[in-house]
Amino acid sequence: MSADLIVAIIITLIGASTPILIAALGELVVEKSGVLNLGVEGMMLIGAVIAFAVTYTSGNPWLGIVCAAIASAAASMIFAFLTLTLSANQVATGLALTIFGTGFSALFGQAYTGRPIEIFRSVFPTELATHPFWRLVFGHSPLVYFSLFLVFAVWWFLKKTRAGLILRAVGENDLSAHSIGYSVIGVRYAAVAFGGAMAGIAGSCFPLLLTPQWAERLTAGRGWIALALVVFAAWRPFRLLGGAYLFGLVMTIELYTKASGSTGGIPSEFWAALPYLSTIAVLVLISLRRSGQSAAPACLGRPFLPTN
Amino acid sequence: MQFRLEKRAEPSKAMLYLTPIGAVLVTAIVGAIIFSLIGYNGIGAVREIFLTPILNPLKWQDLAVKAAPLIIIAVGLSIGYRANVWNIGAEGQYILGGLAGTGIALLTRDFSGPWILPLMILGGMAGGMAWAVLPALLRTKLQVNEILTSLMLTYVAIQLLNYLVIGPWKDPMGFGFPQTRMFTADQMLPHIIPGTIVHLGAPIAIVVALIAWFVMSRSVFGYQVKVVGAAPHAARYGGFSVNRTIWLALLTSGALAGLAGVLEVAGPFGRMVPSFPTNYGFTAIIVAFLGRLHPIGIIFAGLAMAIAVVGGEVAQTTIQLPAAAVGIFQAMMLFFLLASDILVRYRIRAVGKRSVEATS
Repeated sequence: MSADLIVAIIITLIGASTPILIAALGELVVEKSGVLNLGVEGMMLIGAVIAFAVTYTSGNPWLGIVCAAIASAAASMIFAFLTLTLSANQVATGLALTIFGTGFSALFGQAYTGRPIEIFRSVFPTELATHPFWRLVFGHSPLVYFSLFLVFAVWWFLKKTRAGLILRAVGENDLSAHSIGYSVIGVRYAAVAFGGAMAGIAGSCFPLLLTPQWAERLTAGRGWIALALVVFAAWRPFRLLGGAYLFGLVMTIELYTKASGSTGGIPSEFWAALPYLSTIAVLVLISLRRSGQSAAPACLGRPFLPTN
Repeated sequence: MQFRLEKRAEPSKAMLYLTPIGAVLVTAIVGAIIFSLIGYNGIGAVREIFLTPILNPLKWQDLAVKAAPLIIIAVGLSIGYRANVWNIGAEGQYILGGLAGTGIALLTRDFSGPWILPLMILGGMAGGMAWAVLPALLRTKLQVNEILTSLMLTYVAIQLLNYLVIGPWKDPMGFGFPQTRMFTADQMLPHIIPGTIVHLGAPIAIVVALIAWFVMSRSVFGYQVKVVGAAPHAARYGGFSVNRTIWLALLTSGALAGLAGVLEVAGPFGRMVPSFPTNYGFTAIIVAFLGRLHPIGIIFAGLAMAIAVVGGEVAQTTIQLPAAAVGIFQAMMLFFLLASDILVRYRIRAVGKRSVEATS
């Protein structure tokens, strides 16, 4: 295997992992605040179609990403209002959000089917990335650098800042946080909005980084894999990074077997099913390793009922 | 003037039954407004989606055909949801039911007799059940969340379907189309009303709902499911096995989704094709909630949703409304229903400003 090929594989792997990583980091913050939002897949689809439409119309991918983040954050506010203000069931509301996002993206994206946009390439001058090694450093999409920055930012926020401490307190013990004067609902609204914005940016990775054209259900369940990844990573940002790249590797194998046409005697459908099978395997492994105490935030998925 | 929420001592029965109807009505109104705003004929869309299927007798048979699988799957899901078991992989179990039925149909091509169809139906139920075994096993043995495992298996089921219809099960005389052979007369569901497309699935759906109603309201199992869902600790204290309830709930919902699958493949489809995943498994989640997780409610909710599905198809041809629009209507219905749930538990009281200050 030549150095060029290895570098190409690593760059593909990192690209494939990036949307899952960004969406999972957003959901990690949401879950740390005690809310389970199963609408990630739907919000990613909304982000994907908005990013495509805005980039196609304006020619500016940055604008596409920003609009995707805003649109998905807005969608997440429907979820927040239902679950936080009206204390509706979080599982059912999250599912409704995914069904909504699937319908919205298919309706809105219909006009763009079959139209190509340009991949959002490296921001660095190409002369910097002539040598294989330097390509590993400078050869990525800005979305990739953003995802790596986000891993650090989320870790720093949760571990090192006062606001992060409050957010964790709200997720671990909402009643105590409430009794010492923090706004549980306010913190959770903010966390859900952040998760929505990140799901939107994650969605924008699909048209801008992976497949530069619109198709229905472009995300193909990656939002659900992001949810599983949060469990796998035991709600820790850096472990999330490792997990996402592991999935990137699995998906890269699928891409290469499809591209090379040699599936090693194994049906290509098996390779296509592998990311989902791996997700199940990973969930099994994590539960085997976890002894007794779960790492999940104590209030995860429960409605906040201060006095009744 | 201000409004305040007051908790009801007892959940309101009236609201429990009225809110689903309200959710459908509000969806129609808000849907008309939103679709007008984005440049479609909003009122036309609502008329075609909600009224044409009811007013046009030619569409009634379509309603029966579309409602049957939704009711069957939703009844199964509702049992689990009552026990807080979140099977959202019914679409995969539905596909497996269809595949298992197809497998038996392909094996029995050279035979004839009235035993073939019942065998296919049993096989379909077993197939759907098999696809629910892994989520049940992982949830009970390892506390792995069934939401993610059952959903992941749906994507695996779609790949399995693709593999079979492109590979070993492909019709050799099919001009290269990725589909199986047509089923024989003994392998197809009989039509119950001559001259229509209404097949045996419709009465089966009603019977399934009635049996579920009986079991849920009259048997120890039904009681156990409710207790496990409402108060898991009390259930353990009362000697109910939570794990057994999880197993039963997941296997039942899997078997019923599989039943819907085999009825579809032996009914409207008549062979296995790549377009077999019809989203019934996901739509049934909304049907289950709209029917208040109650088998009889689900019959009505299934019909209501079938109206939206059939109406969506009408709107596609008459006013060029994209198929995806129906998904948005369905999601809105669920949003409004979940939002209005607060009226079941709380009453809204209008209060003057002074009394608010006095009480706070």
